[in-house]
Amino acid sequence: MIAKGLRRSIPYIVLTVLTLPIVIFYGWLLVSSFATRMHGIRPLGFTLENWRFLAGWGEAWHRDFPSIWMATLNTLIFAAVVTMAEVSVSAAAGYALSRLRFPGRRNFLGLTLVLHGFPGVSLLIAIFFILRFMKLYDTMLGVILVKMSMDLPFGIWIMKGFFDTVSWDIEMSALIDGCSRLRTWLQIVLPLIRPGVAALSIFCFLSGWQEFLLPYIFTLSFNNWTLSVLLKRLIGDFRFVDYGLVTAVGLFYMMPVVIFYAFTQQYLLSIYTGGMKGGA
Amino acid sequence: MKSKSTARAIPLVRVGINIRSLSAKLKSYSPAFMFMSPAVILVMLFYFLPVIVTLWISTTDMSVATFRGYRMIGLANYIRMLTSRWTPRILKNTAFYVIMTLTCFNVGMALVLALLTTHINKKVGMLFRALWLLPRITPSVIYALLWIWATADAPFGIINQLISPLGVEPRNWMMKTPWAVIILANGFVGASFGMIIFTSAIESILPDYLMAAKVDGASTLQTIRYVILPMIKWPILFVLSYQTLSLLASYEYILLLTNGGPGFYTTEVWSLYAFHLALSNYFGNVQFGYGAALAAVLVVIGIITSVIYLKVFRFRELVAEPKIEAL
Repeated sequence: MIAKGLRRSIPYIVLTVLTLPIVIFYGWLLVSSFATRMHGIRPLGFTLENWRFLAGWGEAWHRDFPSIWMATLNTLIFAAVVTMAEVSVSAAAGYALSRLRFPGRRNFLGLTLVLHGFPGVSLLIAIFFILRFMKLYDTMLGVILVKMSMDLPFGIWIMKGFFDTVSWDIEMSALIDGCSRLRTWLQIVLPLIRPGVAALSIFCFLSGWQEFLLPYIFTLSFNNWTLSVLLKRLIGDFRFVDYGLVTAVGLFYMMPVVIFYAFTQQYLLSIYTGGMKGGA
Repeated sequence: MKSKSTARAIPLVRVGINIRSLSAKLKSYSPAFMFMSPAVILVMLFYFLPVIVTLWISTTDMSVATFRGYRMIGLANYIRMLTSRWTPRILKNTAFYVIMTLTCFNVGMALVLALLTTHINKKVGMLFRALWLLPRITPSVIYALLWIWATADAPFGIINQLISPLGVEPRNWMMKTPWAVIILANGFVGASFGMIIFTSAIESILPDYLMAAKVDGASTLQTIRYVILPMIKWPILFVLSYQTLSLLASYEYILLLTNGGPGFYTTEVWSLYAFHLALSNYFGNVQFGYGAALAAVLVVIGIITSVIYLKVFRFRELVAEPKIEAL
């Protein structure tokens, strides 16, 4: 009996051991933001001073850095605009690829799949030049466009997958009744895949919120910093870091992600698996 | 006059018919055109154009110094790449990084996690999977910070605090064993991708098979080895190839953790090297040409691998003709 109980609990034990680092790390993050100093995972004192950055400008925060609310606003705008733009472009293209027949359809579909796994980051050097040429370097618009385009193959593939699941009876009756394609798409088909649109939107928002490399490379001035860039500059060279402050800012940055994640886990998981259906 | 006009009239009539049917055809495609154009433009602008630009810049000697007066130097950058004394080391780093992270974590740990979490209580399994997704959704800067802190010197580092009672001398683990840290950090993030795919694949196996195996007296391990693993062969292959490519090109976490150090190129991988050369002021003179050449190699590898992987994963089935077009 004991042996059997022991055997049944092995997976639990193994999993706990494997997952322990994750739990410890995030626990540290939480505790450290409220501690004066940390020795490993043991806090030395409780303080709210690390959270002073919420006050905004001034010596209280940091001499050389913009107000955190500016960076937060930038991050929010970035994530929101990327989401809206990407969902609409993906929905449009996904619908066309799923329902319409036009020259180059198969090629574009194949292209989407190829680009899906393609490492977009290797093109950043060239994109740097393209943005400079278009005078979009160091602008929010430039970074938004790049981020959006990087995720476009993924978004189109997901959207097409969702559109494929819609039975075309309703659509056909709408078209027979004289509805234009545009209206059919907007008023009939899109509402039918609302969960899919929601899932993609959440995914895009989270992806945009935590984007670091693109804003880091393509923006320069203070006013364009996002929270990720701010955090990186705060950490700097990793030598004399005020860990309390950094973890507090980090926690602040991460909170929307955790909240979203906790409430919309189903959606996110459906995206991850749904997008891969093509591969297996 | 008359002959001229008739001579012109006949071809016009013929052309007129063609134009009419052509315009009718074009008109029927116009909704598709409308739907597709934003996506097409963006993909052209940020995927196709950069590929061409990368290849083009790689044939110049463009750098900050020669920005105004750069010259076309043909394949000189590539020759430099082949003969540079750093190339073998960077290649070795890249291969080591990709192979280790892939086998230990992206596929290895992912399989272990998927198998473990599907054999226990469903809710608990979901909890563990949710925890393992945390590294993936954490902003990269914060995640890197966590690892930097964990590996810091005593009395700050978590690792030191936990194992020094066991007699191990405390040290800054990032400096001492940078590769271990990098592989671990990337691995924890990478494992979640495979974990999700494998889990959904395992859960979609018909329970009849598992029941049959059980009836035949197979132990859990035997079931896993002889029934489950063969049935998720394709997802494993998929994750293997997809993650290889993505690991080859990823450098965000390495950039944040060690930035290629400590020292000279200890943990520098190919993609990071290209990034350093072209986009960060590492050695003063930013070298676009050479950096672009390095990136071009990645781009070409990426394209070839993507196309192969496209063919292997049965593209035909996925591109079925649409159910409804013009009515």
